[in-house]
Amino acid sequence: MKLGFSAADELFRQECAEWLNAQMSDEFRDIKGITKLTASPERRKEWEQHLGAHKWSCIGWPEKWGGRGATLAQQVIFAEEYARAGVPGRVNHIGIELAGPTILAFGTDEQKRRFLPDIAAGKTIFCQGFSEPNAGSDLASVRTKGRLEGFGGNQEWVVNGQKIWTSLAHISDWILLIARTEEGSKGPKGLTFLMMPIDQEGIEIRGITQINGDAEFNETFLTDARCPADSLIGAIGEGWKIAMGLLAFERGVSTLGQQMGFRNELDEIIDAAKENGAANDPQIRQRIARAEIGLRLMRYGALRMLSQTDHSKIDGAALTYKIQWASWRRNLGELAMEVLGQAGEVTNKAEYEWDTLPNLFLYSRADTIYGGTNQIQRNLIAERGLGLPREPRGDK
Amino acid sequence: MEFAFTDEQRMIQETARAFFTENATSKRTRLAMAGDGIDRALWTAFCQDLGLSGIGIAENAGGAGLGLVEMAIIAEMAGAQVAALPMLGSLVLSAQAIAAGGNSAQKRDLLPSILSGARIAGYVHDAELRTDGELLTGGCGFVAHGGSASLFVVTCNDGAWIIRADAPGVTVTPLTTMDQTRPYARVLLSGARGEPLAEASAAITAAHRAGFVALAAEALGGAQSCLDRTVAYSLQRVQFGRQIGSFQAYKHRLADMMIEIEQARSAVYWAACAVDEGSDEAALAVHAAKSFAADTFFRCAGDMIQLHGGIGFTWEHDAHLFFKRARAIQTALGNGAWHRAQIATMVLGATV
Repeated sequence: MKLGFSAADELFRQECAEWLNAQMSDEFRDIKGITKLTASPERRKEWEQHLGAHKWSCIGWPEKWGGRGATLAQQVIFAEEYARAGVPGRVNHIGIELAGPTILAFGTDEQKRRFLPDIAAGKTIFCQGFSEPNAGSDLASVRTKGRLEGFGGNQEWVVNGQKIWTSLAHISDWILLIARTEEGSKGPKGLTFLMMPIDQEGIEIRGITQINGDAEFNETFLTDARCPADSLIGAIGEGWKIAMGLLAFERGVSTLGQQMGFRNELDEIIDAAKENGAANDPQIRQRIARAEIGLRLMRYGALRMLSQTDHSKIDGAALTYKIQWASWRRNLGELAMEVLGQAGEVTNKAEYEWDTLPNLFLYSRADTIYGGTNQIQRNLIAERGLGLPREPRGDK
Repeated sequence: MEFAFTDEQRMIQETARAFFTENATSKRTRLAMAGDGIDRALWTAFCQDLGLSGIGIAENAGGAGLGLVEMAIIAEMAGAQVAALPMLGSLVLSAQAIAAGGNSAQKRDLLPSILSGARIAGYVHDAELRTDGELLTGGCGFVAHGGSASLFVVTCNDGAWIIRADAPGVTVTPLTTMDQTRPYARVLLSGARGEPLAEASAAITAAHRAGFVALAAEALGGAQSCLDRTVAYSLQRVQFGRQIGSFQAYKHRLADMMIEIEQARSAVYWAACAVDEGSDEAALAVHAAKSFAADTFFRCAGDMIQLHGGIGFTWEHDAHLFFKRARAIQTALGNGAWHRAQIATMVLGATV
């Protein structure tokens, strides 16, 4: 049992840090430190392309698809250094973390050739259309319908329905979605996984303003929206399997990078507390110590998860990670406001726009909801981790 | 990334798990509780037959080598059964202090008999100890298994000594203790002559770091047992025509236990590893592990009683053994607020 990375990995870390810092102090210094996902979209698309041009976009992918064939440890290190250097989040994170890995795992050779190099090059931005107004926690109850129209070589999918919480759909080129393609099917059966170009008449995108005033999410309306017959991944009716395989990619590599962002937030709280004297309050000191402990435990939980080599076993650290970080960060937001006092409740901007800490307080309420609410996480932990019986469904 | 047990560590874990599950049974523990809180046969078997009592003490000091990670593995497995053994005071605190701070004669004379279990040592920490040359006055009201000790390691914040329990000026009073698996004794020193450990600060640091980690590991094992036993009960108990483990109010509480336990596991092995590797993080990690794992254990033990209903409140059920041990661990060697205050000082600086 060891805590750190190998010497070779530490060399790789230096290489990453040097390159990233060089970019952030030169051509892309204007986007350094941006934390809002919606800020400067055009420059950030250029940044995606810049990463791609230097083969730093999808380093874990095979070289022939634009990657470097990097090891898991190297990917984790890159994510960590990326955040440490103050580089803003990837606007194509769905493309590189979900679409790409799904195509790599389940796509045809033709799909790989068509999509992977462009995703790696930052030229194709993806968003994800899974949730619907009536398919949230119960994701398998999607109602969006898809049908094949036409004959022979001219067949195409025609899709009707509504998706919601489609992050960054307004700046994306393609949407990944699951649609019900078997008439009368229910639940996870009869769903198909499709990729669809966004720029078409049948797709309308409306922003959803969030509690912090920002609009990162969208409603996506599909009215006879179309894509070619070969735009599906996997077989017809196997969409659920693909989507679930895809959700499994959502964690792992990015965890330590994400934590570097949390580190910055906690450090900002610590600085604010020293500045305004809150650091002398014994209760605040206890809460900051708890936050510090929680953050460190997240790091070592992630390292345990990433060190796991026996994937046949249920990994407790992996199963509990989502609720752990989400709850921690929500508490951090509350701590931030406790430290700031009323100064945190006003902004010196003309618009309804917030600095990092008040924004953290507002934004972190989403953390315990998206990607599986804390309540759903507890169900998963209880059922998969502890072997407890499933909750009986109300519609069976 | 190798933050996972090696094959050797997994073997130690399996050996220790089998040993404690098989031998540290409820029946035997309860017999020990009626006496001085030590299952003598278990103690002898652990120290002499199993060969794991010297783990964490260097081989040239008479130990079995290896480090705190391996020691934590053993403490975790002992904690899982609330084993009635004087490991904390004797093998962890006292032996670590002597191994780190004693001269070669002290190590040679004392460690073999402590590690073999023949001699039980108790650990007395008194921050306000008064010294007059080698004469010590002070003591501690809560010395784990102090009533069974024939030798004490006595420390204050800048000194460490060895004192025989039967030396003049030493008064030992065994106390009826809530956690009967680790009863306390009051140890009073009035001008008792101490034999100094040469490297006091090394002795204190080693003893406390090992003590924090061992208590945290014990807490982790205990918490995991509380969860495992409650899960088993929830699958067997039927109310309203359903296994009670199928109710969300019930299963979410079990899930919360698991979430805390997984963090406690990271905390314990992070801290153990950090000390073993001499990492800069060690100082913070040991406080994090002690406070977090102790709170986790207490929460899980309390939930165990609640989730068992009436049976969990009876003397007959083992839930109270865990609950009482958990409470004791929370306070032993500094409570959670104290450990977090140490971390706050590292992170924020001292209050001004």
